[in-house]
Amino acid sequence: MGAKMVEFNGWEMPVEYPSVGGIIAEHNAVRTSVGIFDVSHMGDIRLAGPEALAAVQHISMNDASRLAVGQAQYSALLYPQGTFVDDVIVHRLGQDEYLLVINAGTREKDFSWVRDHTRDFDCEVENFSDDFTQIAIQGPKGVDLLQKLTDADLSAVKFYRVTRGRVCGLKNTLIARTGYTGEDGFEIYIPADENTSAMVWNQVLQAGREFGVVPCGLGARNTLRLEAKLALYGHEISDTINVWEAGLDRFCKMEKPDFIGRHALEKAKSTGVGRTLVGLEMIERGIARDGYKVLDEEGAEIGYVTSGSYAPFLKKNIALAYVPPQFANDRTILKVQIRSQAVKAQVVPTPFYNRPKKV
Amino acid sequence: MPYPTDFKYTKEHEWIKADGKNATVGITNYAQESLGDIVFVELPKVGSEIVAGKTFGSVESVKAVSDLYAPASGVVTEVNGELATAPEKINKDAHSAWLIKITLKNPSELNSLLSAQDYEKFVSEEAGN
Repeated sequence: MGAKMVEFNGWEMPVEYPSVGGIIAEHNAVRTSVGIFDVSHMGDIRLAGPEALAAVQHISMNDASRLAVGQAQYSALLYPQGTFVDDVIVHRLGQDEYLLVINAGTREKDFSWVRDHTRDFDCEVENFSDDFTQIAIQGPKGVDLLQKLTDADLSAVKFYRVTRGRVCGLKNTLIARTGYTGEDGFEIYIPADENTSAMVWNQVLQAGREFGVVPCGLGARNTLRLEAKLALYGHEISDTINVWEAGLDRFCKMEKPDFIGRHALEKAKSTGVGRTLVGLEMIERGIARDGYKVLDEEGAEIGYVTSGSYAPFLKKNIALAYVPPQFANDRTILKVQIRSQAVKAQVVPTPFYNRPKKV
Repeated sequence: MPYPTDFKYTKEHEWIKADGKNATVGITNYAQESLGDIVFVELPKVGSEIVAGKTFGSVESVKAVSDLYAPASGVVTEVNGELATAPEKINKDAHSAWLIKITLKNPSELNSLLSAQDYEKFVSEEAGN
């Protein structure tokens, strides 16, 4: 495949595929047609048993009781102080069966956390992380591509829904209409053995030829999620950033039964936040990168960049940054310290990119 | 892509082509390949001085920032303005998409740089790591 590899949280991962044109070509294929990613580094934790729902409710901030069987939601595991253990996708697979999809870098930490904090509940907790190869098929043509390889009726699977079907001859394959690109798409979970994984990967590439499918690496995954303002652990969210600061209020259901972190968040809500996540667009020439300082117009340091890049589809230099709330209004002029220069930027509405609504 | 034999090279992956006291500076094909899609180039102003071995600007791809190191000391006489709006020209042909032109302070500085053959050997070892 000619991928350029990089070490990522202990995984050998493709960062880009120069033979298909590199990050920009990969990124734009996902926005306009379809791209595929090997995201097997993601972890999977299964909770099953009579009290599985109560266990999930206890350890996560979104309201899992609202999930129908076959539905998924974005959520997060929190520390008692209201900061992030990790963000997760919670899938309800059965009446009393849930699957948490977690990040690569936090797999072991997450599993220990989930196991330790669900001991009082009548449910099994299993780490399935090494059992699955996870392939993401992302982009407006993703549905047409995958439909060629499965007997499941994908038109009946809405965004953030999950189903099972035969995929590339593999029975009962988990198919989720989820992703990390800001685009429509699917993630499929297949047995992790090398032959099966390679067979499916190659069939997906073959089936996608008519749509101009390209394999995509971590580089494009990062720029795609940044344009869509999807959080990355260790950047926009971490063990020192709380839910309100990260602006993830709508995924945190304070009215549901008690959950870890709720008490601290209630307190934090009454005191207000000292910083908030904003989107920046560079006005002057320069690219803001993770960790760069953010200054006010007079040059005083007020915050820092969590993620920044050239945005290949928008063709702008964009960034996410933490700043005090008084600097968070749209069109506020700020500066980013890029090496020796303070380069002008402005606060813009986020997400930077919204996928077109289907007619 | 072959490495021109009338260029000299640094281990930081810049090339320099000298004609008497006048020299042209760029980055190598190996550098552009490692960086990937180049989206931003920061260069010194005409008239500014650059010092051998010290940074004189930077080039950024989507995923990384890389400093530029001066292959020799001198004064900048020209900057490739095209790269401000079309930095991808470096990806297309790194050995013709030059960055800056300089007047060399001491042309003999070039003697310590790598020949095309030495550089090719150097990058094949680096790539093999």
